[in-house]
Amino acid sequence: MTRLSLRAASAEAKLLLIGIPVAIWTLLPIYHLLLFALSPKEQAVSGKLWPEHPTLHNFSMVFHQQHHYLSHFWLQMWNSLIIAVAVGAITLFIATAAAFAISRLRVAGGRTIMNLALFTYFIPAAFLAVPMYKTMSSYGLLNSQWALILAMVTIATPYSIWVLKQASDKLPLELDEAARIDGASPLQLFRLVYLPLMMPSLVAVGTYALLLAWNEYLYAFLLLSDDRSTTLGVALGSFLSADDSPWELLMTTGLIYALPPAAIYYVFKRYMVSGLTAGAVKA
Amino acid sequence: MSTIALHGAGTTQPVGPAAKRLSTWQAWGLILVAPYVLVFAVFVLYPVGYGLWLARHPASYVRLFDDPVFARTVVNTLLFLVVGINVKMAVAMFLSGFFVHTRWWIRWLSLLFILPWAVPSIPTILSFRFMLNPEWGIINTTIFRLTGADGPNWLNNPQLALLLAILVHIWKSLPFWTLILVAGRLAIPAEMYEAASVDGATTWQKFRFITWPSLRTLYLTSSILSMIWTLGDFNSVYLLTGGGPADQTHVLATLGLRYLRLDQVDLSMATVVCALPLVLPLVWFMMKRLSK
Repeated sequence: MTRLSLRAASAEAKLLLIGIPVAIWTLLPIYHLLLFALSPKEQAVSGKLWPEHPTLHNFSMVFHQQHHYLSHFWLQMWNSLIIAVAVGAITLFIATAAAFAISRLRVAGGRTIMNLALFTYFIPAAFLAVPMYKTMSSYGLLNSQWALILAMVTIATPYSIWVLKQASDKLPLELDEAARIDGASPLQLFRLVYLPLMMPSLVAVGTYALLLAWNEYLYAFLLLSDDRSTTLGVALGSFLSADDSPWELLMTTGLIYALPPAAIYYVFKRYMVSGLTAGAVKA
Repeated sequence: MSTIALHGAGTTQPVGPAAKRLSTWQAWGLILVAPYVLVFAVFVLYPVGYGLWLARHPASYVRLFDDPVFARTVVNTLLFLVVGINVKMAVAMFLSGFFVHTRWWIRWLSLLFILPWAVPSIPTILSFRFMLNPEWGIINTTIFRLTGADGPNWLNNPQLALLLAILVHIWKSLPFWTLILVAGRLAIPAEMYEAASVDGATTWQKFRFITWPSLRTLYLTSSILSMIWTLGDFNSVYLLTGGGPADQTHVLATLGLRYLRLDQVDLSMATVVCALPLVLPLVWFMMKRLSK
């Protein structure tokens, strides 16, 4: 008995030996962010593991926009939000319609469209950034939030269509036949049969597009240069250009910016993990 | 249905209602797929065509190859790929074996572990950047406190800076690949391990003869996909080093922006064209795999 428990203890110790470094590695930059956000200005760089006098002063500075770097904080937060929601909604609309047409209505050329979409998905977005910038400029959309919304929709739709098509192909064909025999129109089939059955995948795809847009830096920074139209992410990046940047405020703003996606991820984790990891690598 | 329709149609109507209905379904298919086709034409096809057109002059490539920063960038990109992917995937493989253990604290840890992937890049990379600040950063102040010596100027040394960018990239993407490999491991029947234990197999033998053969395909596919994504990783390099010092840490994903800033759009596009021989075979491989 003691031998057995000794072995169990040693197995547990071995796991802890892996688990503790993993926890430190994962949390170090995030904890560093939190530490800065809670420290008074002069103590932030003291090298202590926990501030002697933790304070919410930095948050109050940010929320009251009391620094010239932060003078548009709420507006930029709102921009981030509105752009992310718009990208989520438009992506969902376009991708659901396309997946339904390709998978259920077997539209002519559907296979080609799917392949083109997949091809777009696999070309790294960073390589399309400069041509996208030139294109938006020739469409006269630079500095309009539509430029970023449309660019992010372009990036988010291919994968969304693919995930939705995979899920949609799994629905039994008899459903469509039954609906057709009952005289349902394609739109009725879409609205009354297809959408309710696809709900979990729709949640996954909508969340994916929303987070993609909220987290985006490169496109936002290229397409929106005006302080009043840009997103919070780009505003954070602009702190970098100066040497006298108020670190503690930057870290506080960064923490605030990182919280919504983390929260959304945990709330929709169930859908995200099954919907997205299954889609990423089909082995 | 079709016989009734045929009777009703008579001879005056060559197209029966059944055929007509089929065509309405097709028509709706076209209407519903149209928005995506439009997005593709306007925001993929046109930019790609425009980009290739901008990169049409052979002179651009001559200038690109003459730029010492380009040569450095190619070496950096290859280093980033070889070190980044292999370390990341090997560690993910190892950690996936850790995360399949059923313990309450491992379940909690796996929730925290996903955070780097779930939060946006900018705040965490800036946090890394501040940690590495030579004067006030937490790393060098700690080094000073412990040894009394000044720590290195991390991001001012090109080799060190690139290595740190790779590290940041691994920090960000490790959770995702670990999760994928955990899913792969959970699909292996537990009986196989039990049978191996009865036969007295060592941990290494179990990995070598059960885990690895089952996960080999997934591991390869993940590595290829990860390679594509790593090639496109702009944030880890740009936000940590900005390509500096002295443009020594650029990768292909950030070089395009450098040329755009220098107002040399043709070089920017030529860079992308030069990356295509590397990207297209990987994309082709992934498309083959997914359309199976």
